[in-house]
Amino acid sequence: MRLLKLTAGLLALLWLSACTTLGGSKESDRDAANSDVVVEDRNADTSGIDGENASGSDIDGGAETLVIAGEDQFQGGDVLDDPNSPLSNRVVYFEYDSSTVREEDLTTLEAHAAYLGDNPNVTIRLVGHTDERGSREYNLALGERRALAIRQTLMLQGASVKQFQVTSFGEERPDVEGHDEAAWQQNRRVELNYVGR
Amino acid sequence: MTKRWLASFWLLAILLPWQAQALIIEITGGSEAALPIAIVPFGSEGFSAPEDISAVIQNDLSRSGRFAPLPEGDLISSPHEKSEINFKDWRLLRSEGLLVGKVSSVDGETYQVQFQLFDVYKGQQLVGKRYQVAASGLRRLAHQISDQVYQALTGEIGVFSTRLAFVSVMDNVDGSKRYTLQVSDSDGANPRTVLQSKQPILSPNWASDGERLAYVSFENGKAEVFVQEMRSGRRNSVAAFKGLNSAPAWSPDGKKLALTLSKAGNPEIYVLELASGKLSRVTHNSQAIDTEAVWMPNSRELLFTSDRGGRPQIYRVSADGGRAKRVTFEGRYNASPDISSDGQTLAMVHGLNGRFYIAVQDLDSSAVLVLTETGRDESPSFAPNGRMILYATEENGHGELAGVSVDGRIHQRLGESDRDVREPAWSPIRK
Repeated sequence: MRLLKLTAGLLALLWLSACTTLGGSKESDRDAANSDVVVEDRNADTSGIDGENASGSDIDGGAETLVIAGEDQFQGGDVLDDPNSPLSNRVVYFEYDSSTVREEDLTTLEAHAAYLGDNPNVTIRLVGHTDERGSREYNLALGERRALAIRQTLMLQGASVKQFQVTSFGEERPDVEGHDEAAWQQNRRVELNYVGR
Repeated sequence: MTKRWLASFWLLAILLPWQAQALIIEITGGSEAALPIAIVPFGSEGFSAPEDISAVIQNDLSRSGRFAPLPEGDLISSPHEKSEINFKDWRLLRSEGLLVGKVSSVDGETYQVQFQLFDVYKGQQLVGKRYQVAASGLRRLAHQISDQVYQALTGEIGVFSTRLAFVSVMDNVDGSKRYTLQVSDSDGANPRTVLQSKQPILSPNWASDGERLAYVSFENGKAEVFVQEMRSGRRNSVAAFKGLNSAPAWSPDGKKLALTLSKAGNPEIYVLELASGKLSRVTHNSQAIDTEAVWMPNSRELLFTSDRGGRPQIYRVSADGGRAKRVTFEGRYNASPDISSDGQTLAMVHGLNGRFYIAVQDLDSSAVLVLTETGRDESPSFAPNGRMILYATEENGHGELAGVSVDGRIHQRLGESDRDVREPAWSPIRK
C-alpha cells in the first residue's frame, strides 16, 4: 500500500513534469517549421525560395502575427518576423563528427549576431543535435560542442555571453526520422530559438 | 492466489496501461560445443503449478548457448528423485547432466520445490536443494535453480536470476514520444516500468547492490542525473548543474558516482560522493570531450571516452585524477567502454568505415575482437559473470536489444515489434 502511494506520488510528479514540458514541445514544433524553410534553402537559390514562401497565404499569417506581436511587446514589423531576413534561418547544419561552422551559414550567423548586439535584452537558446551514429553519451557532448561553437561565432560578432542558453539533446531528438545520410545531415544541427518568441 | 493475481492485475492496469508484452529472446547463433543436458519435467502430484519451473530452467540453459537440452521425446523415463533413476539406462543418452525435481502445494499459497542434478556417469548428485516459496516467487526460484545447474556444470557463476534495465520508446497518437525506463528478468519476462517521461531517458546504470539505478533524464529540459531506489520508487536528482549532467557510473562500493559534467564549460569526468555531496574533478582537458566513465573493479581507476587525440578513443585514469593513458589504438572510433568483472576484458563500440560494432579488447595483450555484424550496434553492457554482452542494435528500422558471448560464438536477440528498445544495463548478481 505504501508502495502504491509512493508510486502514485511519482506519477503525479511525472504528470506535472509532463505538463511543464508541453511548452517545450510546442517550441520545437515551431522550430521544425523553421527548419523546413531552411531545408528548402539548402538546395536552391535562397532569395528565390524566401520570396516564394512570403507570397500567398503567408501574408495573412503575417498580418495576424503583427497583432500578437504587439501584445507580446515586440514592435510590429520586428525584423525577426520578416521571412526575407536571414534571421528567419533558425537552424545551422554540420558535417559528420564536426562542430566547425560551415561557410554557408556565416551570413545567417552574422545577422543573428548583429540582432543580438542591437538587442542586449534578448536571450537566445542554442540547442545542439547530432545524427544517430555512435555513442549516445558522446553525441550528447558533441551536440553541446556544436551549440558552443555557434555561441562563440555569435559572441565574436557582438553578442554577449549573458544572452545565451546552451543545451544539447545529442541524438535524442532527430528532426528527420530515418537511417541514411539524407536523414543524418538534417539531424546534425544547432537550433537557434529566441526565448519568449 | 486468484485474489492476489487480480489485485496485482488491477495495480498494473492502473499504473501501466501501456505495458507491452515481454521481450522475446531468440537464439540466432549457438555454440557447436553446447553441452547436452537431460531436464525431466518436474513432477507436481496431480495439481497444476502456477509456473512451469522445469520449462523456465530449460529456456534459461538453452538461451545461454552453453547447453543443449535434450528434446522431451528423447527422455527414457520421468523420474522425479534419485530412487526413481536407473543410471545405467540414462548413460545410453549422451548427456552427462540429469536434472529432476518436483513441486508440491503446501497450502495453496505456498509451494515446496525440490531439485537434484546428477552426474549420470558417476551416478552421483552434484547439487540438490529443497525450497518453500510463495507462488509469486516460483519463477525467480526457477532462475536460481538454473544458476546452480549452470555453475555446477560449467564452474562459472550463473546470471539467470539477474535483471535487465533498458529504455523503451513508443510513439503517441499525436506524434510525440513516450520514454519508459523498464526493468525485466534476465530472460525478458516480467517487464515493469519504473519511470515514464515525455522526454528522453538515457544511460541507466545499476549500483552493485542491484537496488538502485542511476540514469539521465531530460524531464527538466536538459540532461540531469537521477538516482532511483527500485523497491520504494523514490528518486533524487543528484546532478543538475549548468550544462550537461550525464553518463552516471556507480563505484563498486555503491557510494560514489562518476559523472560527466560540463559546468566548467566543457564535458569533464567528475566523481560525486553521494552521502556528502562532495564533488571532485578527474579530468582537465578544456578542448576535448571526456565522457562515459566506468569504474575498474579495483575501484581506483576509471575508463572513459575522450576525443583529446582528435577522435573518440578509450583512456584510463586514476579516480583521483592525474594523467590519463590511452587504451584503444585499433580503429578511428572507440567509445562506450564497459569492463568485465575480472577487470580483464574491455567491451566497446568500435567504429569501422562509418559503421559501429561491438568489440572486446583484452587489456593485457590489447588484442581486439569484433563480435557483431550489423554495423548499427551500441551501448555494450557486460553480464556480471563476464560471459555475455548485452547491447542495442537496429533491426528493420527500430531499436532492439541483442546479446553476444565474449568469444563472439553465441548470438541472441531480444526482439519486440511495437517499440524501440535501447540502452541496456545488465544488473549485478543479487545478494
